[in-house]
Amino acid sequence: MNLVETAQAIRNKELSAVDAVRQSLDAIARHDGKYRAFVQVDGDRALSRAREVDEALGRGAPVGPLAGVPVGIKDNMCTRFGRTTCASRILHNFEAPYDAHAVERLERAGAIIVGKTNLDEFAMGSSTENSSVQQTLNPWDPRRVPGGSSGGSATAVALGMVPGALGSDTGGSIRQPASFCGVVGLKPTYGRVSRHGLVAFASSLDQIGPLARTAADAALLLSVIAGYDPRDSTSVDEQVPEYEAGLDRPLRGLRIGIAPEYFSEGLDDPVRSAVEAALDVYRKHGAVVSEIRLPHTRYAIACYYLVATAEASSNLARYDGVHYGHRTEGIDDVIELYSASRRDGFGPEVKRRIMLGTYALSSGYYDAYYLKALKVRTLLRRDFERAFETVDVIASPVAPTTAFALGEKTDNPLAMYLADVYTTSVNLAGVPGISIPCGFDGAGLPVGLQLIGPPFAEDTLLAAAHQFQLVTDHHTRAAV
Amino acid sequence: MGATIDEDSVRHIAVLSRLDLTDEEVAKFSSELSAIVDYVDQLNELDTGDVPPTAHVLAVHNVFRADEPAPSPGPNVVLANAPQRQDTFFKVPKVLDQDSA
Repeated sequence: MNLVETAQAIRNKELSAVDAVRQSLDAIARHDGKYRAFVQVDGDRALSRAREVDEALGRGAPVGPLAGVPVGIKDNMCTRFGRTTCASRILHNFEAPYDAHAVERLERAGAIIVGKTNLDEFAMGSSTENSSVQQTLNPWDPRRVPGGSSGGSATAVALGMVPGALGSDTGGSIRQPASFCGVVGLKPTYGRVSRHGLVAFASSLDQIGPLARTAADAALLLSVIAGYDPRDSTSVDEQVPEYEAGLDRPLRGLRIGIAPEYFSEGLDDPVRSAVEAALDVYRKHGAVVSEIRLPHTRYAIACYYLVATAEASSNLARYDGVHYGHRTEGIDDVIELYSASRRDGFGPEVKRRIMLGTYALSSGYYDAYYLKALKVRTLLRRDFERAFETVDVIASPVAPTTAFALGEKTDNPLAMYLADVYTTSVNLAGVPGISIPCGFDGAGLPVGLQLIGPPFAEDTLLAAAHQFQLVTDHHTRAAV
Repeated sequence: MGATIDEDSVRHIAVLSRLDLTDEEVAKFSSELSAIVDYVDQLNELDTGDVPPTAHVLAVHNVFRADEPAPSPGPNVVLANAPQRQDTFFKVPKVLDQDSA
């Protein structure tokens, strides 16, 4: 059962919230010993909250739109219960004193959080191999990565452990694992969802969004978490449309742009074929596909890895061994305490990014690297602004390949970065993007189609994705 | 721009980053960061003379809120995760010498 069906069944009392949570916990017990999507599961808390929902339904009290629906939360969002670790040794024992805004919204809507999902440490990575806790495996082939950094959330949804989950996306961290795991993942417009309680990686790029089986599921989750929050000064006070009501919008007349820059060298043939087949489906149902240009695309990775690491080096300065988290003992100098605690607390990729970001911001290099990257960011934004003068959405692959093998890119950080070629521009421009399953390669691994829209066009993206899912069945195939 | 980050530069960045690196890490970061910086140098192909920087995609500048008192979480909540505390303080090694005090 997908998320919308689960919510309906509970509301109609065909399924109790307790049974929904039990099914979720059973699926976790069945699969998670092998696939390791969750870093933490709190079944007792989930069941007790489910009993409250059932009791409310029993006495006819009003319940929220997600009443009784089990969900997973990426472990870089603060929850009052349990720990919030970011899959980092430096936060291995951190107990957040408050809930993230998105967590608060989900619980207020009646959702039941069953646990926290694995990620690349501090959401830095594209394979979930940088988790200091465990390695999550791809649901379609356990020798492969689930993508990242929201690999735990994508795997949990693909294996039916939960019908929906939250992830965060700084350069593709929702869309790429959704693509590798064969589920839907949406990165909203920057500012659409409050970042309050999301542990910061790159503050001008980070955004929380849903992962689920269908676009309709994602629409329901987004409708709950979107909206203004005074605790995040970058959250936008803009009306939240009725995403679910908007799903019926037909494809006829939808103007889809395709950019040759997103179909150039490095794109694997099976991915290209699946994306082109998806475009044929859109054409067949009345959408108009035309070519547009995004001429600065080839600079996106370089721009992204300067901006994101610069912001990360600043954000991660807070981990000092003094206020919370890991502290290396036996040191009597305060500067050495910082340096040793950070040495022992951070993994290699986090250190690499702090180093790169510090370099890009350091005296003598600031103009050449950081400022230059901010100017190129303007060019990337303008590419999208110009494109959206003539099309409603832009279609592209999510990633140049399907899920790669475990260990394949861990020795070559630059090769890992280059895999983000189709997703990072979206964050740099602040626009929304969705990944939807659009086919499989010869080995049976899922391929994702990315649809990108102008700011606050999540309704258009969700409708275009939903209409595609009404006439295709890629999203109904189960991994196991 | 030189596209190599030698080991001395790595050590300097590590000090700025408050990261205590092993010699092995210094050597590794020198080659990895050099490769990454070499790659990002391609941004110099673009003429950005007249292009303003984008630090942020939203046209939001100063965001003010009403200055209203609200309950604070209190020292026990704030200090709950402290690796070391004494009374209502975070405890750290001595920062100043007696002479410099």
